[in-house]
Amino acid sequence: MDQEQLRKEVDEIVKPWEGKEGNLIMVLHQIQNRYSYVPRDISFEVAKRLNVPLARIYEVITFYNYFKLEAPGKNIVSVCLGTACYLKGAPKLIDEIEKQIGVKPGETTPDGQFHVQAVRCLGCCGLAPVITVGQKVYSAVKPEQVAGILAEYSEPATAAAAS
Amino acid sequence: MKPTSIQDLATMQDEIVKSGKNTWIKVGLSTCGIAAGAQETYFELRQQLRKAQIQVEVKRCGCAGKCAFEPLVEVAMEGMPTVTYKNVSKDMVSAIIEKHITGKQVIKEWAVPQVKDKQLRVVLRNCGVIDPDNIRDYIAAGGYQALAKVLLESSPEQVIADLKKSGLRGRGGAGFPTGLKWDITSKSQADEKYIVCNADEGDPGAYMDRGVLEGDPHAVLEGLVIGGYATGATKGFFYIRAEYPLAIERAEKAIKQARAQGFLGQNILGTDFSFDLEIRLGAGAFVCGEETALIASIEGKRGYPHPRPPYPSVKGVFDKPTCINNVETLANVSAIFAKGPEWFASIGLEKSTGTKVFAVTGKVANSGLVEVPMGTTIREIVYDIGGGAGGGKKVKAIQTGGPSGGVIPEEYFDTPVTYEELQKLGSIMGSGGMIVMDEDDSMVDIAKFYLGFCVDESCGKCAPCRIGGTQMLHLLEKIADGKGELADLGSLRKISRAMQKASLCGLGQTASNPVLSTLRYFENEYKDLIKA
Ligand SMILES: Cc1cc2nc3c(=O)[nH]c(=O)nc-3n(C[C@H](O)[C@H](O)[C@H](O)COP(=O)(O)O)c2cc1C
Ligand code: FES
Repeated sequence: MDQEQLRKEVDEIVKPWEGKEGNLIMVLHQIQNRYSYVPRDISFEVAKRLNVPLARIYEVITFYNYFKLEAPGKNIVSVCLGTACYLKGAPKLIDEIEKQIGVKPGETTPDGQFHVQAVRCLGCCGLAPVITVGQKVYSAVKPEQVAGILAEYSEPATAAAAS
Repeated sequence: MKPTSIQDLATMQDEIVKSGKNTWIKVGLSTCGIAAGAQETYFELRQQLRKAQIQVEVKRCGCAGKCAFEPLVEVAMEGMPTVTYKNVSKDMVSAIIEKHITGKQVIKEWAVPQVKDKQLRVVLRNCGVIDPDNIRDYIAAGGYQALAKVLLESSPEQVIADLKKSGLRGRGGAGFPTGLKWDITSKSQADEKYIVCNADEGDPGAYMDRGVLEGDPHAVLEGLVIGGYATGATKGFFYIRAEYPLAIERAEKAIKQARAQGFLGQNILGTDFSFDLEIRLGAGAFVCGEETALIASIEGKRGYPHPRPPYPSVKGVFDKPTCINNVETLANVSAIFAKGPEWFASIGLEKSTGTKVFAVTGKVANSGLVEVPMGTTIREIVYDIGGGAGGGKKVKAIQTGGPSGGVIPEEYFDTPVTYEELQKLGSIMGSGGMIVMDEDDSMVDIAKFYLGFCVDESCGKCAPCRIGGTQMLHLLEKIADGKGELADLGSLRKISRAMQKASLCGLGQTASNPVLSTLRYFENEYKDLIKA
């Protein structure tokens, strides 16, 4: 992205929050919504625009689990590790995912297709164990179903490997 | 025209109720319902009805609490009993239309059995009943009349006195009397004051607050505005965890609709009281549910807690007096002012009035949201409502209070649920998570799970929590791996005491509770691992 474009986009995001006290976290949410992570060059621009030191921005990003500093894979697979899901076998799902696509929570497949993360309670505990891929929620998942779920999102080449 | 009196609201209520039809279909569309496929069921219903040219309104509603039965479809037909169908997948839609709507025959095998249990819905009064995205539904249920009563007929002092009379205590965990909290905030002098709704719901495995926000956001909003009036707050914040996108969306919508009707903003209901709200999002840090950390987070900073006093009611958001209340607490407030403090005080027990919502999950047949009068026994919740462990298994214990709570073994299930009784057993009421564990579950493992959670979520500011937690976790891992020694149990207890006494905030002070309570009741499980 060229500098001009970047400045324009940051401006759009920051404007509604301008002058509101404590706006930094809300601005970072908007950024992550838009780019799926918080790119470094955007942080630089936000620092200028909000007139806060870059260190303050990074201090916040690194404290909160929700914010990502690197582009996640194309499909974000979230495995709930809340208490209900844990008791109902979520750790087995994590093992199965690793078996299928070779990555652990916090990692992205080399082809950038999947990013796997462990999350704390998605609020569907009654349907435990729960995993989500993007916005789609899969409930009462059994390890045997993992391969099929991942295959729904794989590009043809990876799908063959996954099934 | 915007309503400006109780009469206006009552008239609106009448009109909306009268314009409603007696025949309708309702689909529960909350996160849990949608996860189970309710969206597809909803579209299928609408499409098939349109195709068959049947004029029946299909409505959307929140979560009725019966999560194990999602997707839920409720059907009301003139001259027939209202029936709720369970686990209605897309493929079952045509049969329901054919048999029930056209054929006027109830499909008994699919209906949710009607059972009489001890549930009483105060907080969840509208959840699964009204369309959360439509303020008219809330008004039709009598909504905002409590606010009108308060603003037009009571002084802030009177409101606080009434709230004290109701006996309401905070539902966010600690059980602090809400009337007293409002009183202290109202007496703090400052040019600006804030009131915050804590919707961070950090306890993993619990979703009471999500249920309320998704099912009946106006009930919380109304409570918040009443709180703003009583405490003298000039502005309110809704602090919602980012992991609840649907709750955020519905709260946003509710705020807009309330503004349009004059329940928020300048000169609310035509009075000289002005108050507005802003949503602020969490970002995946459990500690931010703790009130001082939450304040830092609203200020756009790292969610570091700080020592109290000063309490938020004296020095909170942007150093101004701030009243922080939980979602369920505020949903109770709007009910209390609609029906009266005496009514509320008559529910439950003397020191624990009203009801409590629990998310009963884990190894339980009917997992879901349950609301019972305080004083109901654990047994009634787990067996009469929850249906026991299911699958022929025996329930071993429950866990309440999440990472700050403890386990309660089966032999204590006749204990009535109150703040004090649960504390006596070494657990806490907490925010309402109730995890059921069966004979297959290891208590050492569950202790390790919760402690691991707290170690992950410790903000690292104070040493007792940061170092103590990690050391305890190492010991638990060692025991779980069969390499433990008896002396380790003594060390666990010793470190626990140090963390309880010396940690900066509630997270560290309570993080060892799951370990202590499993040691108290299930020391044999630790010893078995050590011997083996
Ligand atoms: C580690 C920790 C996490 C907490 N998380 C929450 C939470 O998610 N929601 C909540 O309402 N209260 C939470 N609390 C309690 C709050 O600090 C505060 O007491 C509560 O929001 C006050 O509201 P109430 O008086 O209506 O209960 C937490 C406390 C601690 C120590
Ligand atoms: S524990 Fe997994 S959704 Fe709540």
